Amino acid sequence: MSTHVLSLLVEDKPGLLTRVAGLFARRGFNIESLAVGHSEIPGLSRITILVDVEDAPLEQVTKQLNKLINVIKIVELDPALSVHREHLLVKVRADNTTRSQVLEAVTLFRARVVDVSTDAVVIEVTGDSGKIQAFLRVVEPYGIKEIAQSGLLAIGRGSKSITERVFKN
Amino acid sequence: MTTEPYPVPSPSVSTPSAPTPSGPTPGPADAAPGTPEVLTGSGAILQTLKLLGVTDVFGLPGGAVIPLYDELMNQDDIRHILVRHEQGAGHAAEGYASSSNRVGVAIATSGPGATNLVTAIADAYMDSVPLLAITGQVFSTLMGTDAFQEADIVGITMPITKHSFLVKRPEDIPAALASAFLICNTGRPGPVLVDITKDAQQNSAPFLWPPKLDLPGYRPITKAHGKQVQAAAALLAGAKKPVLYVGGGVIRAKASPELLEFAELTNTPVVTTLMARGAFPDSHEQHLGMPGMHGTVSAVLALQESDLIIALGARFDDRVTGKASEFAPHATIVHVDVDPAEIGKIRAADVPIVGDAKDVIADLTTAYRDAITTTTPDVAEWWTYLNGLRKQFPLGYTEPADGLLAPQYVIQRIGELTGPEGVYAAGVGQHQMWAAQFIKYERPNSWLNSGGAGTMGYSVPAAMGAKVAEPDRMVWAIDGDGCFQMTNQELATCTINNIPIKVAIINNSSLGMVRQWQSLFYDGRHSFTDLNTGHGTAMVPDFVKMADAYGALGIRVTSADQVDDAIKLALATNDRPVVIDFIVSRDAMVWPMVPQGLSNSSVQYAKDHAPTWGEE
Repeated sequence: MSTHVLSLLVEDKPGLLTRVAGLFARRGFNIESLAVGHSEIPGLSRITILVDVEDAPLEQVTKQLNKLINVIKIVELDPALSVHREHLLVKVRADNTTRSQVLEAVTLFRARVVDVSTDAVVIEVTGDSGKIQAFLRVVEPYGIKEIAQSGLLAIGRGSKSITERVFKN
Repeated sequence: MTTEPYPVPSPSVSTPSAPTPSGPTPGPADAAPGTPEVLTGSGAILQTLKLLGVTDVFGLPGGAVIPLYDELMNQDDIRHILVRHEQGAGHAAEGYASSSNRVGVAIATSGPGATNLVTAIADAYMDSVPLLAITGQVFSTLMGTDAFQEADIVGITMPITKHSFLVKRPEDIPAALASAFLICNTGRPGPVLVDITKDAQQNSAPFLWPPKLDLPGYRPITKAHGKQVQAAAALLAGAKKPVLYVGGGVIRAKASPELLEFAELTNTPVVTTLMARGAFPDSHEQHLGMPGMHGTVSAVLALQESDLIIALGARFDDRVTGKASEFAPHATIVHVDVDPAEIGKIRAADVPIVGDAKDVIADLTTAYRDAITTTTPDVAEWWTYLNGLRKQFPLGYTEPADGLLAPQYVIQRIGELTGPEGVYAAGVGQHQMWAAQFIKYERPNSWLNSGGAGTMGYSVPAAMGAKVAEPDRMVWAIDGDGCFQMTNQELATCTINNIPIKVAIINNSSLGMVRQWQSLFYDGRHSFTDLNTGHGTAMVPDFVKMADAYGALGIRVTSADQVDDAIKLALATNDRPVVIDFIVSRDAMVWPMVPQGLSNSSVQYAKDHAPTWGEE
């Protein structure tokens, strides 16, 4: 198995996410992460999907996705030619005895504390999945109370945009 | 596919891309220029259908479509045929579409009305039938509250439709229906569902035509890549054992004339799949018949041993390939399909060609003419081998040991006495295979069946739909005693609406295909396949009495000498439907057969009788 990052430009229509997710489910593929948001064009959204599949079945899913009427463009982003980011909110146990050590980890990882209470802090981290995992390993001994994590976001490097390419033709 | 028979509005798309297919734009609505007519949503549905060229619809009213049905009474442009079950409406629309290449339209109410359409929608999805399903939905204000007769039919049908629309405002109706029509009838055809809330049907809006179609993500590819076509033609010119593997896409693309020219020019053997029967004339000497699980020995082995398969609108279905990993091991594959997702799905294609079969085959013909200026094709040895197989293993059957009628004989006579201008709609099972084997098809759209989904009960309503689309043709439902009991209520629709179809029940008193598998692979343990409708049983129901109850002519045939007279009487009776109950032997089996999961090399000509052929 190998991971692939797909960037989909889609019409913002009701049920779109169900249609996309349903295709993966029907073929028995697990979506590792999913991020949906507006694109730079009104009425169009961008979906970033991280999947773990072999190349041949991935091609079949990509072709099936392309058949969805509301899907405009699908691009597989090469990790070397694109920037990948994840966003994490984590609630870590931190009282008077441990808070300074937790805060030191925050500084080292260039993360940010966004909420403080007597026995916990909420930390915000942004980075690729390696950085996120490394940070979690560092704070894990203090006690992780809760995690909320975004799907992977990815965008191609350089000046070209997928949308430009779509609408030029 | 072209949109030629049905003009659809030119989609004026807001985004700069989207060369969406378009047809000629129909004239504006009847309203005076400048002041669009105000119509109810229901009126807009009918006006849109009329402008799209729809003349017949099949449906059954219910609470959520009463406004639409009220408007139906106000017009005579569209003939509405009231079915007895919504599944019948769906299959009738399929039969209508498959026999005429026009879009079939089915209407149902919300909730159970809509879910009763699901089987037909799934069937149309598997067999790429242009089916427009229009369903009523509860008031938009009640959606999501588990309202009476509410079902999320858009959600339910998502995996089995090409696309679907939910419409909550009357002003959105023309664009939704016109888009649905365009989508279901272009590219690879398929079912599209339009779910319209009751308030959208009741409320009014100005009717604007043509509507703006906003489909930036819909770009079916019809014109193939020239280099790939040339590569395919060069391969064919040099091939020693080529085969044209013709699928249902050739019929949907109306590409039979192009196929005939291409096949004759290249002298390539042709096989037609279950979905493609009629795409190439059965009487043609280059036609080897149907490949697959119950195909002719020559067609099965032609594919299996070929060095070049040109697949035209076919999808390497498991019933054709047998064990896919052992299918045609020495063949180079040229795969032509309008749907890019079919190419490489089962078998990797050496030359993938995405395009409409009609255009691609014509291009292949041209390219082949160029290719043979440098290469001299030589398929003489291949033909000698295949002709030998044909001679040694012709299609045939043995008379049943129990002395009862041979079902194959009945079906063969129906075909011979009716002729190639007839339409034949089969159910699913043994009788379907015999009808595919023993009726000789000479033209596309003359053979209708549920190939992909295998829907028992398809036959009677599909024949009804075909007879509505093609009223001048003799239309047969070749059905089984099991299938017939699933949808025979549409005989009432046929009688009341003067749709004189002819039904041949091949009554072997069994779920025959399952019984055959039980006989062959489950030690003859016939678990729950006895239907007690035939010889030596209680005969419940009595199909002749049933025909009589429905106002149809009922005939029972028990011996070979009665067969011709009964068929002739049926062909001469056109004031009502006819049902012939052919009491046949239950022990007849479908041969040849490739047992499921095995390589096509394991094809058996008859029980325990495998052909021998040159191993390489």
